[in-house]
Amino acid sequence: MKIKPAVLIVAALFILAPLVVPSWIMFILIKGLFMFIAVLGVTMFLRGGQVTFGHALFYATGTYTVGFSVKWFGFREALVLVPVGTLAGLLMAALVGLIMARYRGVFFAMLNLAFSMILYAVLLKLYWFTGGTDGLAIGVPTLAGVPIHASGFAFYYFSLVIAGIATYVVYRFLASPVGYLLTALGENEIRIEYTGESARRVLYLTYVLAGGLGGASGVLAAFTIGHVVPEDAFWIQSGEFVFVALLGGFESIAGALMGAVAFEFIQTYASKFIPYAWQLMLGGIMLLVILFRPGGLFAIYESAVEWLRPKKEGIAHE
Amino acid sequence: MLAIVLFDGLNYSATLFLLSVGLTFVYGVLRVLNISHGAIYAFGAYMATWITIKLLGVGLPVFLSYLMLFAGAVIIGLVFGPTIERLCLRRIYGSDIHIQLLLTYAILLILDDAMKLIWGMEPMFVSEPYTFIGMFEVGGIIYPVYNFLLMVIAAIFGGFLIWLLRRTRFGKIVVSVIHDREVSVAMGVNVSLVFNVAFTIGAFAAAMGGAFIAPTIAVVPGFAVEVVVMAFAVIAIGGMGSLEGAALGALIVGFARAISIHLFAELELVAIYLIMVLVLAFRPEGLFGQVEERRI
Repeated sequence: MKIKPAVLIVAALFILAPLVVPSWIMFILIKGLFMFIAVLGVTMFLRGGQVTFGHALFYATGTYTVGFSVKWFGFREALVLVPVGTLAGLLMAALVGLIMARYRGVFFAMLNLAFSMILYAVLLKLYWFTGGTDGLAIGVPTLAGVPIHASGFAFYYFSLVIAGIATYVVYRFLASPVGYLLTALGENEIRIEYTGESARRVLYLTYVLAGGLGGASGVLAAFTIGHVVPEDAFWIQSGEFVFVALLGGFESIAGALMGAVAFEFIQTYASKFIPYAWQLMLGGIMLLVILFRPGGLFAIYESAVEWLRPKKEGIAHE
Repeated sequence: MLAIVLFDGLNYSATLFLLSVGLTFVYGVLRVLNISHGAIYAFGAYMATWITIKLLGVGLPVFLSYLMLFAGAVIIGLVFGPTIERLCLRRIYGSDIHIQLLLTYAILLILDDAMKLIWGMEPMFVSEPYTFIGMFEVGGIIYPVYNFLLMVIAAIFGGFLIWLLRRTRFGKIVVSVIHDREVSVAMGVNVSLVFNVAFTIGAFAAAMGGAFIAPTIAVVPGFAVEVVVMAFAVIAIGGMGSLEGAALGALIVGFARAISIHLFAELELVAIYLIMVLVLAFRPEGLFGQVEERRI
């Protein structure tokens, strides 16, 4: 496997960042990392030409895995809960995916939304079980038995490792035959079946993987935010995932990362300057991206690189 | 008990039909699922409530409040319909489905917040149109007459749309555009105008649903999305793009909701989506939908 220098540079930046940036930026970066993990799932669907307006279903599965673990067992071990939350997300996706793999386009988008709203309603209504609108408090996580600060060094590097693993898994998945067929799903489904592969199976596998990523992201989010609420499953949360995927550009993994970090900075400043027009701004930026820059931030970055690269004389460039 | 379920079922069906008929109409003509439909509906509810409160406040008689609600719907339909179609949708007709979904979703986000900025977070309530025509008693059950009015409005509006499509010149043009855009253009049909008018009718239908349901509920921010999911369930069951399908879907979902509220209130939402999943499992194109050929 040949690693591009850009990947190494980004990794180095993320590894060195805590040494130079103040702690509030580190907090934003941690949020960006778990956002990135969840959005990876959404970008995979977008590659296959599918939109999901209900990805918060799996995110909330992850956050409530931590919530219940703390509530019932007082157990806060991040090293254990991340795999458990991932597994919970995988199982949830394996179950819901049985229905969802049959649908495409508007049905896929709206049924996902419907399922996440059912989970939201359940979390809200079974208050003796889930704490209702108050949600559940998480408290201080432990890492290998040692209590750690959720926006400190240790948790930052822990999140970074999880994000690295998620990136690697998604990279391998997209480079696999199923990954290539996923891209074909958005282009032409019947031709997938001509190759002998089942389009439904391709979408199902993607769905399960995306669910696991959502679960992992939810666990990290629960620890970082320190509180889980039914809004974790709400459509606005799903909308933010879609927004990030679109903002970064869904043609590449790097786009999701750029989108996630940019999103967290936008959110931090927006809640300071325009607290009442948050959705308005999300929608406005989405509209601009769709109409004028469908490739998102990553496309802007690519065209900047192209522009900076020295032009060869006498050879026509596209 | 049975009569209550029957009345409630019909009442829910009427509101659901008003809510979803515009969505199915727009999908039928433009082949775009307009997710911002729910926000236009909510805007209609807000605008109608606001106008009615203001006009009743200056001393106009209450029996005119129905016209005021209607005026609110007309304003919202005429403002949002042409602008959204012209400025946003027109640019993405040829695009992939996911782009279309994302675009209308973005519009939903914008409108949903705009409502909060314009009318604030407080619930708004206008009860005069509801209480004015009083109650109605049949077989020991007291039921508001306004709910019957809603059923009548739903029936008239559905009938109007079907008449418009089947019996008028405009309807024939719309049907020809649905069947084949390019040939329609070749025949001299102004397809972009047809799209614009069709979307405006859809937006007006959404606003109209919101406007006349507003007196029965308190208008609060943020109900746009629940509404669009519900509307989608209705038109998916009935078959997307079919007016009769929307009516049948509204009846099915309306009665399912009435029954589940009376039997097990907690499972209301689950029951609706369960029906949707069941119908789609056996008839993916919906009850009245047409099978679309798969492209190669």
